[in-house]
Amino acid sequence: MAASTTARRTGAAPAATTAPGDAGRSLRRLWRAVTHNLVLFWSALTLLYLFLPVFVVVAFSFNDNRGRFNFTWQGFSLKSWLDPCGAPGICPAMVRSVQIAALATIAATALGTLIAFALVRHRFTGRTPTNFLIFLPMATPEVVMGSSLLALFLNLGVQRGFGTILIGHILFNVSFVVVTVKARLQSMDARLEEAAMDLYANEWATFRRVTLPLVTPGIIAAALLAFALSFDDFIITNFNSGNTITFPMFVWGAAQRGIPPQVNVMGTAVFVIAVAGMVIARLVRGRR
Amino acid sequence: MSGTGARRWLPYLLLLPGGLWLFVFFVVPMLTLASTSLQEGSLQSGYVLTWRIANYTEAVTAFREQFLRSFGYAGIATLLALVIGYPLAYVIAFRAGRWRNVLLLLVIAPFFTSFLIRTLAWKIILSDTGWVVGALKTVGVLPDNGRLLATSAAVVAGITYNFLPFMILPLYASLERIDPRYVEAAQDLYANAFTAFWRVTWPLSLPGVVAGTLLTFIPAAGDFVNVRFLGTPSQSMIGTVIDSRFLVVLDYPTAAALSFLLMLAILVLVVAYVRRAGTEELV
Repeated sequence: MAASTTARRTGAAPAATTAPGDAGRSLRRLWRAVTHNLVLFWSALTLLYLFLPVFVVVAFSFNDNRGRFNFTWQGFSLKSWLDPCGAPGICPAMVRSVQIAALATIAATALGTLIAFALVRHRFTGRTPTNFLIFLPMATPEVVMGSSLLALFLNLGVQRGFGTILIGHILFNVSFVVVTVKARLQSMDARLEEAAMDLYANEWATFRRVTLPLVTPGIIAAALLAFALSFDDFIITNFNSGNTITFPMFVWGAAQRGIPPQVNVMGTAVFVIAVAGMVIARLVRGRR
Repeated sequence: MSGTGARRWLPYLLLLPGGLWLFVFFVVPMLTLASTSLQEGSLQSGYVLTWRIANYTEAVTAFREQFLRSFGYAGIATLLALVIGYPLAYVIAFRAGRWRNVLLLLVIAPFFTSFLIRTLAWKIILSDTGWVVGALKTVGVLPDNGRLLATSAAVVAGITYNFLPFMILPLYASLERIDPRYVEAAQDLYANAFTAFWRVTWPLSLPGVVAGTLLTFIPAAGDFVNVRFLGTPSQSMIGTVIDSRFLVVLDYPTAAALSFLLMLAILVLVVAYVRRAGTEELV
């Protein structure tokens, strides 16, 4: 850096007016080309880093593994794909995870959307503490949130299981829903609603015919986020699951004994479904 | 008219269900955690609240190492994520053109495979017989009997990987909002590419840097999954201790004290960091 600064200073000296300027410009062009390509190269490596484990997960779903472990490549096989429920307990765990994620999504989306409307559309005393209460769970490490819920259930003598997992999932999802729907509401043009009111729509009609259709994409995005977060949650679930086994809990337990390749099959299937869903959603929106 | 009265109560009605949920299952549990952390007794005789502050001093002396390690690992992983993620966020924001959405999808896509399964995949990649270890040995970075798995390096790499999108997405969000004409103006005023970046782009992206580092650091400090899969008990973090004290040892007061301390430590760090970043650098 210091060298290039001095070079430019000498280049600006009045003794040589044109030639060093040209040299400086071409040097600058070269520097720019290098940095730009360096940045591109670095980004490509980062994407590779992000995808490396995914490749491994997919590849090992086709592994012809023998014994309890699925850590070394032993040849191509479709056996795990043809028998995805072959690992005892894996399919019930998957079903349970989907049930919990669906219920948690419905509840958290409803609760969070109402809060978002209150925060964006109304001025009321207690707004600042409410915003703080929404922010806090997102700034709390999951271990703390999970263990504090556990402390509550232990003190009340509540039996842990499906219900307590659901309570925890709704809890951590509400804040994310509020933030997502709030962003959508804030970016909406308030004049559209004013126009509807000017055209003699009453408050309810304005809400149903103008506001709701405009916020829906935000609500859908929030619901998808909530589903994904709930489906993949391990830490909070771990503290509050009792003997109930969700898919991440199954993987955690299996990791002690040896992971069956069916875990990779499920991981790959979820990945493919999610990516396909996102691509289709984007194509549909692009066409409209 | 009754309408105005109803309007006044409407926001509270909207807040009520969600607010109640957050109060009962977030605020109350935090208070329970605090009260549990001051209890005394044993699992057999039961734990009673005796306001025993010593739980905290004992917990800190016993698990100082794990606390320091957690913050150390989380700090290194956050810095690494910033260095690794910033260029990609920059490229997506400024140079991706019509590939922008595809690249964003590529950043998020790996996270559609479960967090635990991806961490287990790292266990395969970094294994003693794997090609990464082999290549590092050939180059001479690792000694012949060296390994990656079960080392601090593996744990930090795993943590960095797991929270990288939490860094990239906020960075992208703030970079995307920068008007490219500012950078052009800097270059017109004879700033070279580096100076233009350092004096214009970087300061304008600081809100994203602050958000990204917080979103990476907070979950990283509480993580115990990466240690379990990629490390050994000698790398155990504070999350490991909280997990085992609560669920295996059933020593609730110590576990609660540790959990509460982690929360406080993070809150203090976050407030100090945001205030520093806020007063000196952000606008």
